[in-house]
Amino acid sequence: MPDKIILGIESSCDETGVGIVRLGADGSLELLADEVSSSLEQHVRFGGVVPEVASRAHLEAMAPAMGRALETAGIGLPDVHSIAVTAGPGLAGALLVGVSAAKAYAAALDKPLYGVNHLAGHVAVDTLQHGPLPERCLALLVSGGHTQLLLVEGIASSITELGSTIDDAAGEAYDKVARVLDLPYPGGPPIDRLSAQGDPAAIAFPRGLTGQRDAKFDFSFSGLKTAVARWVEQRERAGEPVPVADVAASFQEAVVDVLTAKAVRAAREYEVDTLVISGGVAANSRLSALAAERCADAGITLRVPRPRLCTDNGAMIAALGAHLVAAGAKPSPLDLSANPALPVGTIQIA
Amino acid sequence: MLVLALDTATPAVTAGVVVLDGDSPPRTLAERVTVDAKAHGELLTPHVQAALAEAGLSFADLDAVVCGAGPGPFTGLRVGMVTAAALGQARGLPVYPVPTPDAIAVDVRAAGAGRPLLVATDARRREVYWAAYDAAGRRTEGPAVDRPAELAARLADLGVEVAAGQGAELYADVLGLPVVGSGYPSPAGLVAAAAEQLLAGAEPAPLTPLYLRRPDAVEPAARKRVVPS
Repeated sequence: MPDKIILGIESSCDETGVGIVRLGADGSLELLADEVSSSLEQHVRFGGVVPEVASRAHLEAMAPAMGRALETAGIGLPDVHSIAVTAGPGLAGALLVGVSAAKAYAAALDKPLYGVNHLAGHVAVDTLQHGPLPERCLALLVSGGHTQLLLVEGIASSITELGSTIDDAAGEAYDKVARVLDLPYPGGPPIDRLSAQGDPAAIAFPRGLTGQRDAKFDFSFSGLKTAVARWVEQRERAGEPVPVADVAASFQEAVVDVLTAKAVRAAREYEVDTLVISGGVAANSRLSALAAERCADAGITLRVPRPRLCTDNGAMIAALGAHLVAAGAKPSPLDLSANPALPVGTIQIA
Repeated sequence: MLVLALDTATPAVTAGVVVLDGDSPPRTLAERVTVDAKAHGELLTPHVQAALAEAGLSFADLDAVVCGAGPGPFTGLRVGMVTAAALGQARGLPVYPVPTPDAIAVDVRAAGAGRPLLVATDARRREVYWAAYDAAGRRTEGPAVDRPAELAARLADLGVEVAAGQGAELYADVLGLPVVGSGYPSPAGLVAAAAEQLLAGAEPAPLTPLYLRRPDAVEPAARKRVVPS
């Protein structure tokens, strides 16, 4: 079997991504190109992603991103073996741009199309950096839109959701707390930076869903966000200064404490020895530090892809596409629909 | 020359293969049209494939792509635009955007109504996208987006005598113009609207949709308090 070139197209939120991966005859993956065009700057003044703004940006960015990716990889579209595209979950109008483009590329080139799951892509991307996943592993996905604990028993065949957030995603909580503290959007990087100068034990913010009778592997960050706002407002009302670094550090500690504790507990309970942390929030320094500490204590191997791979990109979709091709998966039909609420167990739309 | 024509600016998902030579009006070899405002994303590429197959042609036979650039509901409109862009990029074909009402106007003229024409399509939110054409088929105003009553007040100035398009049907009582034509752009109409550029081999304009409206988005005001003061 000669090498196969797999194209990945991502447009589920505010990044237009085109990734190109070479699938070797031995099943190895090599990243050839990873072009991302972000509309982040256009959303900053709105304090969050505006779907219509993101969709317009996807349309403008799609063909140029494809052109740059091909140039970087030093290939032409006819060299492509298969095309993978994010079919969900994500913003409906945004997904539709990528899916429509991918169908057109597939039809015009007469190549197979794979409509794939964005969340599975976040797990698959780790294989580009750290090689094949063990037979079973656990994945913690944390981003602005998702917070999920997944049992992965085959990246192309079996992903089971053990738990997810019942309200805000972890990244969303960062954005909201950043607003409370008058920090810029997105909130993750500034809170992470400030936290380094603060005391994570200064304020005992609540750890959501950690009671005896709470769902073991679900998350909740809405109450935490409200608790932070309440604490800050009380200080302001009393005319006292707000210790911003301490608030940031204590909030961040509450988030990463719950995330890592539940991930390690799930690893123990399901008897897996590898944890993958991916998604935009995986770039958080305290999350990776605490996860490393707790995984080491529990004898769990921790895998965190480099930040560039953790955020949304086309490389993760190309990687997942490559795993599906290697597993002999049947292509998706060209009348496939994007599914904004695609469940994580559906790795590919058949 | 063989031209692939696409449009998703109205509830119709339209794809067709059209022959264009300088001497006769564009002739449609095969077309696929489904009227379903929610199916653009699913059906457009399958329609393109089916039209090509029926015409006994492949992508390699095509010389150019023409795409309706709206105005139309944004989500559907983008399906046609990005599909055309990707097809053009994949096959190295020039892609020509044309205003969708221009194609509808050509179709109405071809059907024999050589009178000053208003094309009005449904812009939702009780508004219409519209453009006006003189008896020779030249666009004299638009495309623009307005409430039907505002448009009705301008009709005398525009000098239009008949109307076409789904917006014209929906608001026929407000506009008070006789409605003609199918209301959706045909592949031949799309190609006719771009015929001069196609035959001249002109450099295509950028593939920019005619949105005519800004995205709905409000900048946040001061942050809300969780504790009532």
